[in-house]
Amino acid sequence: MNFNMAVPEFLIERKKERCIDCKVCITQCANECHSFDIDEGRVVSDETACVNCQRCVVFCPTRALSVVNNPQQYKNNANWTAFDINTIYKQAATGGILLTGMGTDRNYPIYWDHLLLNASQVTNPSIDPLREPMELKTFLGRKPEKLVVKDGKLAEKLPPQLELEVPIMFSAMSFGSISLNAHKSLARAAEEVGTFYNTGEGGLHRDLYGYGNNTIVQVASGRFGVHQEYLNAGKAIEIKIGQGAKPGIGGHLPGEKVGLEVSLTRMIPQGSDAISPAPHHDIYSIEDLRQLIFSLKEATNYEKPVSVKIAAVHNVAAIASGIARAGADIIAIDGFKGGTGATPLRTRDSVGIPVELALAAVDSRLREEGIRNQVSLVVGGTVRNSSDIVKAIALGADAVYIATSALLALGCHLCQKCYTGKCNWGIATQNPNLIKRLNPDIGAKRAANLLKAWAHEIKELLGGMGINALESLRGNRLMLRGIGLSQKELEILGVVHAGE
Amino acid sequence: MNKIFPRIPSGCAISGIMNKKGHRFSGNDIIKSIALMHDRSNGLGGGFAAYGIYPDYPDHYAFHVFYDSLANRINTEEFINDHFDVDMSEPIHTRKVRSINNPPLIWRYFVRPGQNKLISSELTEEEYVVRCVMRVNSCFEGAYIFSSGKNMGAFKGVGYPEDIGDFYCLEKYDGYIWTAHGRFPTNTPGWWGGAHPFTLLDWSIVHNGEISSYGANARFLEMFGYKCTLQTDTEAITYIFDYLMRKQGLPLEMAVATVAAPLWKEIDRMDQDKKELLKALRAVFGNLLMNGPFSIILGTKNGIVALNDRIKLRNMVAATKGDFLYLASEESAIREVCSDPEHVWVPKGGEPVIGLLEGVDNI
Repeated sequence: MNFNMAVPEFLIERKKERCIDCKVCITQCANECHSFDIDEGRVVSDETACVNCQRCVVFCPTRALSVVNNPQQYKNNANWTAFDINTIYKQAATGGILLTGMGTDRNYPIYWDHLLLNASQVTNPSIDPLREPMELKTFLGRKPEKLVVKDGKLAEKLPPQLELEVPIMFSAMSFGSISLNAHKSLARAAEEVGTFYNTGEGGLHRDLYGYGNNTIVQVASGRFGVHQEYLNAGKAIEIKIGQGAKPGIGGHLPGEKVGLEVSLTRMIPQGSDAISPAPHHDIYSIEDLRQLIFSLKEATNYEKPVSVKIAAVHNVAAIASGIARAGADIIAIDGFKGGTGATPLRTRDSVGIPVELALAAVDSRLREEGIRNQVSLVVGGTVRNSSDIVKAIALGADAVYIATSALLALGCHLCQKCYTGKCNWGIATQNPNLIKRLNPDIGAKRAANLLKAWAHEIKELLGGMGINALESLRGNRLMLRGIGLSQKELEILGVVHAGE
Repeated sequence: MNKIFPRIPSGCAISGIMNKKGHRFSGNDIIKSIALMHDRSNGLGGGFAAYGIYPDYPDHYAFHVFYDSLANRINTEEFINDHFDVDMSEPIHTRKVRSINNPPLIWRYFVRPGQNKLISSELTEEEYVVRCVMRVNSCFEGAYIFSSGKNMGAFKGVGYPEDIGDFYCLEKYDGYIWTAHGRFPTNTPGWWGGAHPFTLLDWSIVHNGEISSYGANARFLEMFGYKCTLQTDTEAITYIFDYLMRKQGLPLEMAVATVAAPLWKEIDRMDQDKKELLKALRAVFGNLLMNGPFSIILGTKNGIVALNDRIKLRNMVAATKGDFLYLASEESAIREVCSDPEHVWVPKGGEPVIGLLEGVDNI
């Protein structure tokens, strides 16, 4: 039965007096919401398939279009929202798991917004970043317990480190889930700004080997595109155990997205589904993880730091401690609001914990055990702006991963339909006609601009606190105060309330 | 004595005098020097550190201890007697001074670690002493060991520094290094232990400024057993130097390059070996970089080191005459006790002034 019982989520409003029937909306919409009615001689719209990606709105030359929430409502019911009702209609019609994209849109607390930063007044001077040096350089990698200095020289070299000019990296997004042009944009932006992008689990396209100095290559449970040359292509290797948007489950790239290039890069047949298992089948325990970490180090001659990425789950502090002791050089923690190309809705919306709490818990735990300085801590999962980053670093992070913000910079409008492969902005698609919409030159510029803008803002905030090097903020929770938080939340975050 | 209180930022005056030949001189000059900068303190804290003052007990750790009450003393002495051989214990001699009110009980002990305890602890002697001091200061109510070095001592309290000097009768002590501190806290601590200098073993620090990196510094140090009970910047600075030089075994210049690290653009211009070394220092000990305005005088039995933050947000002047090295927040405080110095200069940010005793090659 194809009859759709759900009321369309959105309305496409076309102002007749403005529309010139130029058909731009028709060519722009991959969901085929717009069409030309030959009988009436004009462009018409049907919102049934509309995802509210705003592509037609932005491209309409006469501003004739708007997409709004459908005012049509189900009968008011405090228990059953339209969202709840629609998901049941959908599952009753298909018998399938509900899929979605990007991070959860549910109304969970955002702890960044309950933390306030300090500033200097009288007793020490604030520092003006336009006139004084302000340093953001960050090193990620294992730090030795002791530095051996002989005759004014370093007697033992440091273990390999990633050197970041800004404490922000582009988080893992695979080629396959996003387009080659999106990858190119991020790789070039990382190179321009002096930071890193992460290949995600889909291997590394040939065209991108040149950006190796700014690349972190990922090894996930599917091992797609993993080979000796790949492992040595970047500056670091990341083992992906879990992802905030879908902790505990693997990944699924539908065969429709596996075209020739993706097939070559992932080393799988064209058109076949790329399914990453939920666990790594060679990691059923922490000692297995240690073996994989050291296998990868062996394969790369101990020249690359190895990162282990996990989703923020209830027991994250203990897990992170185990990872540090298993030999990881970097631990990446992905909060439950982190994005993804495709995830089961119920997993995305109800599994995991906020990254702010996970970060605070992990940092505190590693310090209690006296091993915090040995590993680097990177967090992601809704880092929305520069002040989120400053707060993350004050809570104890070495650097942050951004992905949703980076895609927004490339033009993403957060319609959360990445899994359909019909991304009208040319990002989460492999459709040759759609990927052309993202020009990597422009994309790189925009992504780099975002990092530069944030770096400026971080410097302003640091200067205000009387700090001129980021390492003096790292773990400096005295620079934070909580607002509107319970005693328990404050305790976990390790901060005192505003006014105290 | 409530030892846990919120961090109190403070402005200050500091002064230091040293004789490089190790000739000892009385506390009169240092009191005169710090007294000149009266307006830089507000009567809520002052103190001195002196080296070479206990020639009769050169190999004993001299503990100076504040007690709230007799009961606290009895309780703490049980611990001290249990862990150390106490060869001498006495109240520190003080005189009544009009402006000094409500002093705690102030005692002095000359001790050596109990051999059995020390051996079974499998610690070095110094580490053993440090842990005992930390234990008393964090766990014993109403007791605070504010000085624990050999042949040196700290004298401090709530009041103007010159009054504190008078109170402790410092004119009767002779030392080859004297440092002093006048405090301008922006809050009322009312607690004697909160005054400077802060000491640990032979290290003493007097410090002017506020460290905006305190939270980062303290949390790093806590991983290595340091307990920042006082929540003062100065305490953290003392531990930083102790960690870098005693525990990590780094030479002084490396410790300085850690706490007042050169800027990256300066490091980029250095030769390859030095660049690699400084990069490693900043990457590994970045959390020990001291940010925000400070000028400090670090004292040890071997000499003194004066240091400014790397962008010179606090004033400090140095001068020499003959065998004497002078350091102070203001030049006038030097000229007050040395009217015609041979050489006077303003050290650059992050550039240490190092005064070593003759015949000594490291601090």
